[in-house]
Amino acid sequence: MRRARRRPRTWRRPWGLATVTWLYIAWSLLPVLIAIQFSFNAGRSRTAWQGFSFRWYWKDPISSVWNDPTLHLALTNSLRLAALTMVIATPLGVALALGLTRWRGRTATASNALMLLPLATPEIVMGSALYLVFTNLYTSIPLGRTAQLLGHVTFSVSYVVVIVRSRLLSIGPMYEEAAQDLGAAPLQAIRTILVPLLAPAVFASLLVVFAASIDDFVISAFLSVDASSVTVPIRLYSAVRQAPSPALNALATLMLLGTTVALLLAWAVLRLRRRTTGAGGRAGASSGALQDLATLDI
Amino acid sequence: MASRRLWPALAAPGVAWLLLLFLVPFYAIAAVAFGGTDPLFNAPLPEWNPLHWQFGTMSEVISRATTGDLRPVFVRTFFYVAAAMALCYLIGYPVAYYVARLAGRRRGLLLALILAPWWINYLMRMLAWVNLLQDDGYVNDALLRLHLIPNPVHWLSGNQYSVVLGLAYGYVPFFIVPLYVTLDRIDGRLLEASRDLGHGMVRTFLHVTLPLSRQGLLTAVVITALPMFGDYYTNNMLSGSPTTTMVGNEIEFYLLGSSQKEVGAALVLVLSGLMLALMAYYLVSTHRASRQVS
Repeated sequence: MRRARRRPRTWRRPWGLATVTWLYIAWSLLPVLIAIQFSFNAGRSRTAWQGFSFRWYWKDPISSVWNDPTLHLALTNSLRLAALTMVIATPLGVALALGLTRWRGRTATASNALMLLPLATPEIVMGSALYLVFTNLYTSIPLGRTAQLLGHVTFSVSYVVVIVRSRLLSIGPMYEEAAQDLGAAPLQAIRTILVPLLAPAVFASLLVVFAASIDDFVISAFLSVDASSVTVPIRLYSAVRQAPSPALNALATLMLLGTTVALLLAWAVLRLRRRTTGAGGRAGASSGALQDLATLDI
Repeated sequence: MASRRLWPALAAPGVAWLLLLFLVPFYAIAAVAFGGTDPLFNAPLPEWNPLHWQFGTMSEVISRATTGDLRPVFVRTFFYVAAAMALCYLIGYPVAYYVARLAGRRRGLLLALILAPWWINYLMRMLAWVNLLQDDGYVNDALLRLHLIPNPVHWLSGNQYSVVLGLAYGYVPFFIVPLYVTLDRIDGRLLEASRDLGHGMVRTFLHVTLPLSRQGLLTAVVITALPMFGDYYTNNMLSGSPTTTMVGNEIEFYLLGSSQKEVGAALVLVLSGLMLALMAYYLVSTHRASRQVS
């Protein structure tokens, strides 16, 4: 921030760049805002505004999100999948992060590489791989919700490891060693010292996994089998080519609301942490927390 | 001591999970691609023993991709991705630069706004454009009113501009953020030094900022190009026509919509090989850059 203010006076004010930036923001967000607006349309049109109504949320007795069983099912499928993925992937990833940070040796190096690979694998490759393994080798697990859950946990574990490990490295081994010097058993040291220190990272992992799972389309689509395993993104995708109504916009808006709440929660926690630890004084608590969120995913 | 066994034990469930559900599935692609077909059920017969692999399907797919009917698909994919990447660069670089270095007090707000598309579902963002690009949608409406077009344009049936713009729209947020992080880290004193030595804005950009942001630019390219090469949903939502088919569409078709799964698997391997080359270049370049720093 300070750097920006000390911008040399000899250079012109960057009006051109400012304009490009604001135009970009308008281009990237306006279509979505219009889509949200049309979820409140009183008529069936998605191109002409016919007045405000909650028809497509719950008022319409047949095709609103609340009353259309297929839209309803997509929403519950998405939420259940994300919640279960979160609950399974987070402990798995935290344990893996703990193990990989302290474990030394050739097997550890190989395991570390194995953990990083999913992050670099394009979704279509992972989707095809999981599809082929469930249809040819793990045939006792049919395609559908179970296969989707297994697939989502697979791509989520690495996120958790990356988030938790960066926190582990910044904590360092001192606290844990101190606990062990004072007579704590290794597991006890983890439970009483590391786990509380890791709480913010675990919390961030939970939310990132939830958001990643709810956002996923490719893995879910490759592993879905029929109407019973349709998630919101699959529904949005397939309905575009069938008979779209503003109820679809309403469904997408509801999901956006869910992820927004989750991320606001994450932001608030990161902000609180920054305030209490006083980290990153340069950018202030709010935008510093944003920066944390921004770099979390990379 | 117990702790020596503790760490591997903690890692074991995660490692086992990734072996069974990441490495084995990856192997399954090869097993299907290099396996045979069951003539009775017209289904693929995966071959798990590499000693018995047959390369008939693979060589057929490669010859179709180099000289046959799949060649235009690969060429098209390459050009669409290249055009979308160029758009990402032209749009993304100025935005990332402005937010990272010049936004001043508005920086927090701008950062929130450029991050916003990250948490809006990709398919919702495409759905938004599907609404706008209808024959009687807002886009045609605006263009007609400005007299830029005489008749409504059919944006959503095999229009390649829609596909390229859709790809750029979809992936540019993922291009901006790594670039933003790199540009943010550039030491402002270097830019001041350049100015003190008499360079103007343009020369400072070309000789200081651009070289210093090279690594971030490369990260941005890799992060966006990999999913773009395998993208099939953007194309299907905005066009759905065989005239704009990309490699991802062929993979989806052969794996999910036909009985020739082995062709789909072979295509995945070909695409993975191309992506691996891009990845390898990235890793070598990052390694070299980090060695230069230290």
